[in-house]
Amino acid sequence: MSEPELATPFRERTGRALGDRFLQQALDIATTKFIVLRREAFENLPEGDRLRDRAREIKEATLQQLDRHLDRLIDEIERRGGHVHFATTAEEARAIVLGIARRTGARTAVKAKSMATEEIHLNEALEAAGVAPIETDLGEYIIQLAHERPSHIIAPAIHKTRGQVAELFARELRRPGLSDDPEILTRVAREELREKFLAADLGITGANFAVAETGSVVLVTNEGNGRMSTSLPRVHIAVMGVEKVIPSMTDLVVFLAILARSATGQRLSVYTTLVQGPKRAAELEGPDEFHLVLLDNGRIPQIAGPLREALSCLRCGACLNVCPVYRQIGGHAYGYTYPGPIGILLTAMLNGPTSVKDLAHASSLCGACADACPVRIDIPRMLVTLRKEVNEQRIAPWTERVAFTILGKVLTRPALYRLARSFGRIAQRPFARDGAIRRVPLAFGEWTRSRDLPAVAPRTFQEQWAELERERAR
Amino acid sequence: MTAGDPETGPGFPGDRRASGGLGAMSGPPVSRVAFMVTCLGDLFYPEVGVRIVRLLRGLGVTVEFPAGQTCCGMPLFNSGYHADATDVARRTIALFKDAEAVVVPSGSCAFMVKHEYPSLFTDPAERRDADALAAKTWELSQFLVRGLGRTRFRSEIRGRIAYHDSCHLLRGLHESESPRAILRSLEGAEFVELPASDECCGFGGSFSVRLPEVSTAILDRKLKNLEASGADCLVACDAGCLMQMRGGLGRRGSRLRALHLAEVLAPNE
Ligand code: SF4
Repeated sequence: MSEPELATPFRERTGRALGDRFLQQALDIATTKFIVLRREAFENLPEGDRLRDRAREIKEATLQQLDRHLDRLIDEIERRGGHVHFATTAEEARAIVLGIARRTGARTAVKAKSMATEEIHLNEALEAAGVAPIETDLGEYIIQLAHERPSHIIAPAIHKTRGQVAELFARELRRPGLSDDPEILTRVAREELREKFLAADLGITGANFAVAETGSVVLVTNEGNGRMSTSLPRVHIAVMGVEKVIPSMTDLVVFLAILARSATGQRLSVYTTLVQGPKRAAELEGPDEFHLVLLDNGRIPQIAGPLREALSCLRCGACLNVCPVYRQIGGHAYGYTYPGPIGILLTAMLNGPTSVKDLAHASSLCGACADACPVRIDIPRMLVTLRKEVNEQRIAPWTERVAFTILGKVLTRPALYRLARSFGRIAQRPFARDGAIRRVPLAFGEWTRSRDLPAVAPRTFQEQWAELERERAR
Repeated sequence: MTAGDPETGPGFPGDRRASGGLGAMSGPPVSRVAFMVTCLGDLFYPEVGVRIVRLLRGLGVTVEFPAGQTCCGMPLFNSGYHADATDVARRTIALFKDAEAVVVPSGSCAFMVKHEYPSLFTDPAERRDADALAAKTWELSQFLVRGLGRTRFRSEIRGRIAYHDSCHLLRGLHESESPRAILRSLEGAEFVELPASDECCGFGGSFSVRLPEVSTAILDRKLKNLEASGADCLVACDAGCLMQMRGGLGRRGSRLRALHLAEVLAPNE
């Protein structure tokens, strides 16, 4: 599937993002707010660390017997009259959803926020098949109006300022002079959406979890649109990565305690919707048909692969909010469905190592992501592993590989190290003043465009050591 | 203190903070350390190394300097050239094999030695040597505070001092208290907290030249926070961060300074 952003090289994409005043303002406000709220939420939860450890253990244990838990989930859903489909690829997943739409004669679909459906580019496929997808999460609604893609896992329109949203609504919904008060904007969106809910044939959602022992698909939302998407239309389709299954309701409680805190700093999200198959005879609401699409799309091979840990991800977005790179460039610059540190790993998982040739280096390895992650995923380590893979598969440019090979030689041979030192001193002569270099050519030129570079000292530490030894003897 | 066991913690995953207290290690005091100067420390900031040697000597510690040092190999490791990084690690391990304890002036290099070195070896004997080096290696502030139990120093400079938490020292080695304990009790200077002191400075090794614009944008945020703190000087325990922050301050013609911890501590004459 083509990713439009990729036509521009990554570094240029970052440059554009840095130059976008609105983006910078929107990102700074939103990520700072998320960071503060998350920190406060965990400060008020003394058992937070223990819950995080427990959550990780549950994920690990579940991955070890993923097929058993999936079998149980399928049994329980089918027992309640629901249907479960398995999709190995994004294409298969789209075909399954389109098949259901066709069979049921659907013309419109209301959608609750779902990264899995973004991952398989479902909206484009629905449109092409004559089914109008309507995003009902406020953030998703905004970007659908703007014909954009989400730039954050939980806050899809994080890249837009309030003013930009007000302008967009005024233009697209023909409501000139709209205020940029978030409450008013939300009300406007709700009004627009209300009709659509009632008229929709399909409800399409993702899933935050699926509980194997009860066959429940769990949706965590703040706007109640999840509940409406699952209950009002006559057919509900949930699309979910296979790794989202958890064994029991007891486990669910653990995850719910940390998910919202990590995502938005809330103790709990406003709505936690549990869906168990279609409407039963005695029930008043619920769909006539319920389908769960289990999505592999590169996940299952990673159970035994280098990115295994990433399969524990809850998609809370905390690692994006704290990432210094994400905070500067936002989500779109990454170019794929999943942005931020975890997004790089997921991109590699879905599209292979070539896709992250540059992205694997879009991190200072500061570790803030691993620190914030509720399930303690060691993202920096896996980024380094990806870099290794990119080198070993010769995807990295040969010039770079040669440069690092030379560096390796210099660092294992003191004579070469001394030679490099002398060379540095000679080479820096035209550029150095008062121990600082303001402009040099080649690789270090990338440094000196915005920063001074220290010059190799007239006498390095090693060259001063003998004297230091004599000083001691005195 | 024994020759081993500075608190290592589990490494990056998850923010389990260092136990909080400033407990020194038990056991007989180490009176002899080997100094690992690191590549940046050797080539660019020799004055920092010189100060550390004098500082430690003033505290009664004998300092050795194993000849033939180059670099810990982190640039190779972080860029994914692990075979080359392993060769460098093997050399470093051999160089420091006989040391009782090893002191490093940079949190990131200390993290490399303590956390990544052991992961590079599968051969049991090599792994054992890597573990042994990891266990006896100290970042400077940790050595002073947790190793020697010293927090009181005279300041070399006047004015207000803020502290930047280097990523690898903070999140890798789980150390935020030792440098602060020293700076807070500095005679002759005032310690102020830097807003968002735990945020990256944007260095990240090769990241700083692969994505220089992003790296600099992150640096701008750090320097803005420095200005907001009202400090005259920003202290860090990592030569990489210092290179980045000094580079930025220098280019802006700022009167503010970024210094290594050792540069603000007056030696005990
Ligand atoms: S990697 Fe961790 S922090 Fe990032 S989205 Fe997933 S669960 Fe949240």
